[in-house]
Amino acid sequence: MSDRARDEARLGWWLAGPAFVVMVAVTIYPILQAFYDSLFSYRLTAPGDKAFNGGQNYVVVLSDPVWWQAFWVTALITVITVLVELVLGFLLALVMHRAIRSLRGVLRTAILVPYGIITVVSAFAWFYAFDISSGFVNHWFDWVPGIDPDLNWFAHQGTSLFVIMASEIWKTTPFISLLLLAGLSQVAGELEEAAEVDGATWAQRLQRVVLPNMKAAIMVAVLFRALDAFRIFDNVFIMTNGANGTTVLSLLAYRTSIGRLEIGLGSAISVLLFLCVIGICFIAIKLFKVDLASARGEG
Amino acid sequence: MRTLTTRMKVWWAVITVVVMVWALLPVVSIIATSFKLPSQLNLGTFWPKTWTTTNYEQIFAGSAKDLFLPALRNSIGISLIATFVAVVLATLAAYAIARLDFRGKRLILTTALGVSIFPVISIVTPLFNLWRSIGLYDTWLGLIIPYLSLTLPISIWTLAAFFRQIPWELEQAAQVDGATPWQAFRKAIVPLAAPGVFTTALIAFFIAWNDFVYGISLTSTSAARPVPAALAFFTGASQFEEPTGAISAAAVVVTVPVVILVLLFQRQIVSGLTQGAVKG
Repeated sequence: MSDRARDEARLGWWLAGPAFVVMVAVTIYPILQAFYDSLFSYRLTAPGDKAFNGGQNYVVVLSDPVWWQAFWVTALITVITVLVELVLGFLLALVMHRAIRSLRGVLRTAILVPYGIITVVSAFAWFYAFDISSGFVNHWFDWVPGIDPDLNWFAHQGTSLFVIMASEIWKTTPFISLLLLAGLSQVAGELEEAAEVDGATWAQRLQRVVLPNMKAAIMVAVLFRALDAFRIFDNVFIMTNGANGTTVLSLLAYRTSIGRLEIGLGSAISVLLFLCVIGICFIAIKLFKVDLASARGEG
Repeated sequence: MRTLTTRMKVWWAVITVVVMVWALLPVVSIIATSFKLPSQLNLGTFWPKTWTTTNYEQIFAGSAKDLFLPALRNSIGISLIATFVAVVLATLAAYAIARLDFRGKRLILTTALGVSIFPVISIVTPLFNLWRSIGLYDTWLGLIIPYLSLTLPISIWTLAAFFRQIPWELEQAAQVDGATPWQAFRKAIVPLAAPGVFTTALIAFFIAWNDFVYGISLTSTSAARPVPAALAFFTGASQFEEPTGAISAAAVVVTVPVVILVLLFQRQIVSGLTQGAVKG
């Protein structure tokens, strides 16, 4: 290694090192601590009793139907919201892509509004809209089959999950559509024109030219949204707080460790959630052969 | 430019209206709720029968003042500091990544990616415990530090994407023309880098402003509790009063400035988000 290269490497680490150290400190340390704590019978209400109990916490959690219920609800929310967001986001991206300049500006402005709103506020907005006594949904939409003015959305699992998922989709579809629009703008242009000259129909161009070239953008959007959805917390906490079978994994972890001060059990749930997230990444990388780093911008 | 037939114009109008209603209805609905009298909350109508600013008076001067104002101060202070620290650290790192050739670039970017997929709840449980024992629980610093786990990774990715597009040769060209290295950097590079840094700061600020899990887990009083967490613990003036109006008013107050920021800088934000996320 030449002196110059060594100097450059040293300067590089001096500049990037602090960011690196902070990132490691604020995430790696806590997750290792969580792993450690998850192996102890440890509750803050009786801190003196902290005792190593091997994998006992994991046995307790995994044999508890409450955990499995939360797991399946979280998985269901993730799969449905990501699918709907992908379809809606793609439609929206297509609309914006085809729209004339002035309309494109209006549409982009409108869909950036959900992006700028904090999740807690959007959760309250949706909660109030669907509230049986004060919300407008029951009154406006009572002509829709299944909606009557006396329908209490938050009294049942299915309808509660519907509102939770609707708010999640509303909040995050804009982000997906912007990503897809960026992908679309790159692909379109020349490739699409060439295909058009060759006489390809709109559907053919979409299927043969646009979609294959957007694969990376779509996969990244799906993966990141899936990871986000799996950690869903804010809107569930505000709207139902887990009532009627709407407890998700994050909420269960929060309630166990910070609510009931069962640090050992709560840590085990946190670690399991972390492993699920890692699992989603692993599946995505294997299944779609996504090179995350290159798709995210490393040249 | 394509010319539109009347039928296509109608279609575009319909599509635009549908998208706008979908995007704006929940926002307009909470604004409408914030102007309703408590006694009229249960009419089920969309617009208030009579418009009132009672709810706003309640959060700024009335019974909910002590809940809302400290939370607003905490949110602004903590988010700004977390944003500032993240952007400074990320600017240095992104400069090194874009400009210098050294092993470990990929490690730093991969770490940033890894950190951004960490579930907040997995981080917060051990922090809750540690912060309580070292006295950071319910303090500004106790939130600023974990907020870096949210703001730093995206800042690094966004800035690295911005900085890669800067033609760094300009700096040398300026030096050839007789500028000192510092002058060359300041006059040629800083103006090109500044918009990227500003955009990154905006995005990081939104993310900090949006936090809820850290906010409710690591605070217990108005000493550090930020607005999203405070909203979740809002109770009415008396225990028997529904806090709907006050919450809606508070929600509007913390939403409107941020939405205005988003709309003012929409071009930059969209390019920042998409560049950081997908190769530009």
